[in-house]
Amino acid sequence: MTFVKRYLIPRLVQYVLVIWLGITFVFLIPRVTPNDPVMRMIDQMQARGSTLEPGTMDEIIRDLTEMYGLEGSWLDQYWAFWGRLLRGDFGVSFFQFPTRVNKLIFTAMPWTLGLLLTTTAITWTLGNIIGGLAGYYSRKGWSRVLDAVAMIVRPLPYYIFAFMLLLIFAYVVRWFPITGGAPLGAIPTFTWPFIKSVIWHSTLPAVSLMVLGGAVTFQTMKLLVQNINAENFVQYAKLGGVKEGRIVGKYIIRNALLPQITGLALGLGQIFSGALITEIVYGYPGLGMLLYRAIVNGDYNLIMGIVIFSIFGITTAILLVDLTYPLFDPRVRYT
Amino acid sequence: MRILKDLFRDYRFFVSLSVLVIIVVMAILSNFSPYDPTLWNVVPRDTKPSAEHWLGTDSNGQDIFWQATFAVRNSLIISLIASLVSRAIAIMVGMIAGYKGGTTDRVLMFAGDSLLVIPIFLIMVMLAMMVREFMNLVVLGLMLSFFGWAWDARLIRSIILSLRERDFTKTALLSGTGTVKLVLKEYIPFATPLIFSTLINNIAWAIGLEMTLAILGLVNLNIPTLGTMLNWALFYQSILLGRWWWILTPVVLSLCLFVALYWMSVSISEYLDPRTRIQRVGAQ
Repeated sequence: MTFVKRYLIPRLVQYVLVIWLGITFVFLIPRVTPNDPVMRMIDQMQARGSTLEPGTMDEIIRDLTEMYGLEGSWLDQYWAFWGRLLRGDFGVSFFQFPTRVNKLIFTAMPWTLGLLLTTTAITWTLGNIIGGLAGYYSRKGWSRVLDAVAMIVRPLPYYIFAFMLLLIFAYVVRWFPITGGAPLGAIPTFTWPFIKSVIWHSTLPAVSLMVLGGAVTFQTMKLLVQNINAENFVQYAKLGGVKEGRIVGKYIIRNALLPQITGLALGLGQIFSGALITEIVYGYPGLGMLLYRAIVNGDYNLIMGIVIFSIFGITTAILLVDLTYPLFDPRVRYT
Repeated sequence: MRILKDLFRDYRFFVSLSVLVIIVVMAILSNFSPYDPTLWNVVPRDTKPSAEHWLGTDSNGQDIFWQATFAVRNSLIISLIASLVSRAIAIMVGMIAGYKGGTTDRVLMFAGDSLLVIPIFLIMVMLAMMVREFMNLVVLGLMLSFFGWAWDARLIRSIILSLRERDFTKTALLSGTGTVKLVLKEYIPFATPLIFSTLINNIAWAIGLEMTLAILGLVNLNIPTLGTMLNWALFYQSILLGRWWWILTPVVLSLCLFVALYWMSVSISEYLDPRTRIQRVGAQ
């Protein structure tokens, strides 16, 4: 029971509080910034040349105010806001009127989820294995070469790195398609040609996410392993004649994995944002592209939907990663 | 001088310092630009690099080299505002949380951790949408600083936590040193190296985020920055039309800047860490 009381419950409380804080941010931003979304909407409509009678204008303002949930005092608005969220209602998209925001998000989500899950799983596993070995054999040549590569790749922002890969592999040597997630007009089916083209289209985005994320995992793991390798218990095991494979696998990497799990949990938000940005570079039809279209069209409802959805998604993912922690660290389980 | 000499033993420090000096000189050159960066069609459009226009001209009729000097300058200004202000916030939060402890600590650290966990890129996109009309270098810098302090506040807090238990703290308190004086005089010097190395990382983070927001068109596109330059180059399809001199200028510049900043921060923090310093300059 102590595990539940000392680990699980505080973690769940934190989960709920973070979501509350994030959503409250989202609620406050349009209300404290000097910008009325309703008048903005009207301006945009007029800028596109629709002329409005004064009477209809008032009606539209009223409708939009209601739609944005801007009626009544802030407290009323706040309650109504949560009410709608808990019913899973994000309203309608303004620029693909009257498609619901939910529907747009759920069409885009599988793309992002597929890309993100595959790349993160591969990156984390490979990054830790390679980083761990490079840390243990840190004086070998290949370890130094990998280190040098990571030193150059690590500081690059997602956009710049993805863009450089795109320039090289889609414009200069033309191995991969320039944009999209599948051939234009293709209907998603579970046939081999379609799956093959999806993989082909997502190779560059995936590679760019994996190399950038992998550089971070590699570097931190290498450092951790180098530090643990210098500790007394490892020296003792070596002197005691424990097999090298066992030392690396059970003694060093297992210990180094703990901070890496925390690191993964803390980095998920960044990884997710990075995936959205990478999608924009490659025109990959996931949430990132949806966000881009929403920004270009000034579709505030859709942006809000994506942000709220992402806050829920990421905090839940982090919670799940954190809950696997006791599996790796017996100390958390028994204290 | 000894410190500099030791730092120069690392080739990364030398390389990064040289690159940064070149970039800063470029930023200073913007004061001598013969062209106004806000005016269009001051030079012939879309010409290749030549003796007259070193990096060619773009589709807006601007000289790319001089435009780039302004871009570098403005990107540096934004990132300096962002990193200095966020450092100030981080120091305050870290000091207060570390020194006060208890509920204050928990509340402040919860706020910081939430900023790490929530996808702040998306929150910034929302915020930038709402203040688009008021966007300038300072607003953007402040906006970035508001989201960039969390990690460093945590680091500073952990330093303070360990310093609080040391004997000199008790000596200072017993001899009647005030809290503010104690923190400023006794604790800050311990945290300074760390603050400096995270400052460099934060500059790079701010430049990268500015570029991303600029690509999405969420900043004032008439102010040249590395991001807005890239945005214009993409807008005019400079890749498809083969105008490599235009698209490559911001890409290569930012590439050099990011790598140089990172190498400098790694080099300095390795120097500051006694364990790695011994490997490099020997025990002294």
